[in-house]
Amino acid sequence: MTNHWVDIKNADVIIIMGGNAAEAHPCGFKWVTEAKQHRGATLIVVDPRFNRSAAVADVYAPIRSGSDIAFLGGVINYMLSNDKIHHEYVRNFTNAAYLVRPDFGFEDGLFTGYNADTRKYDRDTWDYQLGEDGYVQIDDSMQHPRCVLQLIKRHYSRYTPEVVSKVCGTPQEDFLKVADLIASTSTPDRVMTIMYALGWTQHTTGSQNIRSMAMIQLLLGNIGRVGGGVNALRGHSNVQGITDMNLVTNVLPGYMKLASDDEQDFQAYLDARSPKPLRPNQISYWQNFPNFWVSLSKAFYGDAANQYNNFRYDWFPKLDQPYDVLHMFERMYQGQMNGFISQGFNPLAAVPCVQKVREGLSKLKYLVVIDPLATETSEFWADMGDYNEASPSEIQTEVFRLPSTCFAEETGSYTNSGRVLQWHWKAADPPGEAKPDTDIIAGIFYTLRRLYEDEGGTFPEPVVNLSWEYGHPMEPAPEDLAKEFSGRALADVADAGDPPVILAKAGEQLSGFGQLRADGSTACGNWLYCGAWSEGGNLMARRDTSDPSGLGFYPDWGYAWPANRRVLYNRANCDMQGRPWDPTRATIHWNGSKWVGNDVPDIKATAAPAEDVGPFIMHPDGVGHLFALKSMAEGPLPEHYEPFETPLPANPMHPDNPLALNNPATRIFAYDREQLGTADKFPYVATTYRLTEHYHYWTKNVLANSILQPSQFVELGQELAAEKGIKDGDQVKVMSNRGYIRAVAVVTKRLKQLDVDGRKVHTVGIPIHWGFIGVAQKGFLANRLTPFVGDANAQTPEFKAFLVNVEKIVPTAQA
Amino acid sequence: MASLDIQARSATTTPSPGVRDYPDVAKLIDISKCIGCKACQVACMEWNDLRDVVGENTGSYQNPPDLDAKSWTLMRFYEVEPEPNRLEWLIRKDGCMHCADPGCLAACPSPGAIVKYSNGIVDFNQEHCIGCGYCITGCPFDIPRISQTDHKAYKCSLCSDRVAVGLEPACVKTCPTGAITFGSKPDMIDYAVDRVRDLQGRGFKNAALYDPPGVGGTHVMYVLQHADRPELYGLPQDPTISPLVELWKGVAKPVAIGVMAAVGLTALFHYITRGPNAVSKEIEEDEERKAKEEQQV
Repeated sequence: MTNHWVDIKNADVIIIMGGNAAEAHPCGFKWVTEAKQHRGATLIVVDPRFNRSAAVADVYAPIRSGSDIAFLGGVINYMLSNDKIHHEYVRNFTNAAYLVRPDFGFEDGLFTGYNADTRKYDRDTWDYQLGEDGYVQIDDSMQHPRCVLQLIKRHYSRYTPEVVSKVCGTPQEDFLKVADLIASTSTPDRVMTIMYALGWTQHTTGSQNIRSMAMIQLLLGNIGRVGGGVNALRGHSNVQGITDMNLVTNVLPGYMKLASDDEQDFQAYLDARSPKPLRPNQISYWQNFPNFWVSLSKAFYGDAANQYNNFRYDWFPKLDQPYDVLHMFERMYQGQMNGFISQGFNPLAAVPCVQKVREGLSKLKYLVVIDPLATETSEFWADMGDYNEASPSEIQTEVFRLPSTCFAEETGSYTNSGRVLQWHWKAADPPGEAKPDTDIIAGIFYTLRRLYEDEGGTFPEPVVNLSWEYGHPMEPAPEDLAKEFSGRALADVADAGDPPVILAKAGEQLSGFGQLRADGSTACGNWLYCGAWSEGGNLMARRDTSDPSGLGFYPDWGYAWPANRRVLYNRANCDMQGRPWDPTRATIHWNGSKWVGNDVPDIKATAAPAEDVGPFIMHPDGVGHLFALKSMAEGPLPEHYEPFETPLPANPMHPDNPLALNNPATRIFAYDREQLGTADKFPYVATTYRLTEHYHYWTKNVLANSILQPSQFVELGQELAAEKGIKDGDQVKVMSNRGYIRAVAVVTKRLKQLDVDGRKVHTVGIPIHWGFIGVAQKGFLANRLTPFVGDANAQTPEFKAFLVNVEKIVPTAQA
Repeated sequence: MASLDIQARSATTTPSPGVRDYPDVAKLIDISKCIGCKACQVACMEWNDLRDVVGENTGSYQNPPDLDAKSWTLMRFYEVEPEPNRLEWLIRKDGCMHCADPGCLAACPSPGAIVKYSNGIVDFNQEHCIGCGYCITGCPFDIPRISQTDHKAYKCSLCSDRVAVGLEPACVKTCPTGAITFGSKPDMIDYAVDRVRDLQGRGFKNAALYDPPGVGGTHVMYVLQHADRPELYGLPQDPTISPLVELWKGVAKPVAIGVMAAVGLTALFHYITRGPNAVSKEIEEDEERKAKEEQQV
């Protein structure tokens, strides 16, 4: 979230799209009800299903799953055509006025630089025009034909209300009602917030779904605003934490990009990630990358990393190929993997195409599962009839199950969606021999290190030299780990003043990432979390409920990264003179000599408004990117592409270009392309989702949850059910080209048949949550149906839009 | 709750104590803020230590499918179109309404099995329940359920044990959106006025409070978007106590109690003269098997 949970109460318009907050985030949803009750806020829900969020919404609009960019592109067009943008904000805080290279273009669904063989773009032309001074060229009037605003106007002019309705199946009047409400927040006194989740990410166009809304929010002047922002609702209490610590394969903690194989030179690696400002006076905060990276290396390797050995840059992995989860399971399926450690992860249930995953796991020599529960993954080999068609006698994989603690059985920190780190305390002892994950990892580490020390091996240095300075090395205390990720001074840290002032003495905890140094005098496990455990103690454990602003910031409750800042880009909450756009929702303001107020300024405190320092300090140009430059795989402007399994024969936006049917930059493996189904055999759009009664595949182990939602069902619209002769409560079989599930039919008015490009499109709703382990009724893993293909940028699988067929199961005499 | 707090007692002619004067409490359920998350169902299970069976989906989000002896509250889901092309998904937390004039209490023939406290809560004392089911007949909201295992009647107690020590009912405490609130009845009515105004401002012209006078008002009230059509929510338009119960209460009840007493005396006589009834082993096993099967279903 750019903002935070409580801040939702400050919004005038709330849109839930690509998520179902009432259902999946019922506790956070209270802030929606607060905004409605106390601010008179309007709630909009756009979703293929009339869901539990829609049940309490003021406006609901149906949409075909997988067509969000067309809808949002239509909103952009509506705003620009009706002059509903926040001009001063757009001119000063976005790249709307920036000029783009003349050779950049878009034709027939493809941007310049496409290579159909590699399915990749050469992104060179997706760039600004630079002047001789090295800065971007700008046209403040925003009239220049190559300025971003004009490019956007042209690009989205195709997304008329008629086209939106044709692509999305949304009735035009519903679309216009939503567009008008969104556009109503282009004035400084009205703010909109967006709440989204996996309904946007789990598409092959996932990242661009979100970017489309980010563009809308920039055009409306709603980012950095109290009650605004772009807010991702995270599914697990600590999934924001896992992202920040970057337990993904291509980044280091704090979103520091890992080197690729061709980046063997340390200085070049640092330089490439420390961009110089592209406009005068801009902060370009990533210029601090060397401070963060070196401090991380010091936390990893202690004294073994120093300036004479490039802080052991050579010991850090360099990416030779992608290692995302789809790639990982493709390699496993190809038999290129010996072992797999599955920690807090149930891939048999969570990765698409269960059949492929099971076959991959069957080719392993060993599988280690670290989890508080017995997972389907740990029993992937078991013969469970058609719930899991495995032949144990043919599977040689040795499976080790290491029971770990669950959240209430351990102490530590959570980071919530609003970036607030909150300490929690152990409430109960774990059962049996279960241990905290950290103890299990410590045990594995000690054994591996001993083996490397005793027997050598390929490249033992990164393991044998790892710094492991914890009070109890075999049971690292959460407190020790937290102090490590927060960071400490290894030598005295001074400021750059004359005479220098000592900011932190050697051995002290640091109070913020401004104190991190690239000379090896600081160690910090995650620069974003720096200061969470300062000399003032564990700030994550703070529980002060005072709220001086009355806006719900609670500055002394926990610790928000970065720097305890509650709203990111908060400079943009003020006009060009440094006065809040809306005085009733003020955070910081310029008091004549510095920025002060209710929040920690997201700008240099002494940067006077006249200096024109942009609010988006992480960007080299200091502004929000309507035009994304080279940062996205499939283009600098979101464009509608069909899901990889689409009910349509062509992309209605580009009917004559088969290359532009689906996301042109999406990677898909040969086997998985063969497994794609077509609309002639699988005519219905399916989407998977969560129910409020359950959490993923965990709570089917809990009696209370299982009583509330005992057995597997699918949702069918009344029209489809009537066509198929299916009645409420009938058993049905749902099939994709990859597999089938059986479930009870819930026949509903809430799933409407949509008119899409001249066809009737039905949606089949498939809640996940069931499996073959637990106290709930046994069921089928929903991912038996889903395609093994992901977003072109993040590789998040396309769980939200694929094709199925449905048939009624006629009970046999014996049943 | 102590005996001093009892305002009315089933099948009892002696007057109740009157020295203590409690304000009426009320639970207000604002359907326009309810997201149907069922946290209230879990809170009810947790506080009352009840675990129903893991059943089957019967084609609805509503689970368990109905109230029963172990499920005292239940989210009911209604897909309605109050006007053409305007779909609404109304989700109502169902449970005892705690009527000011409780039909169950009026109908109950067993002394003290149903009581009404001076704060308005209507509570079942299962140790006095004879399982006759008259409370079900007496209830205009179809709430009480007879357990198939111990043949006693159960329903929501409005957490009388929590309220007695100054706590709100468990469902109120757990509700994440503030759709359920609890307080004195006048305060809840005041609060409802605000909520109704908000809903009317959002186009729900017929929004109003549901506090039906036919049962003397209730201590569980709803804010309804369409109060002119409570049947959309599965609620009776104008609930009253069944005329049969009124008749029963007026004339038939003393007679019936007399008959029951006579039956009891006869049984005692039978016991003294012939010894205890013995159930044949076959019948006992058969009954046990049936009970087990019922549980599994």
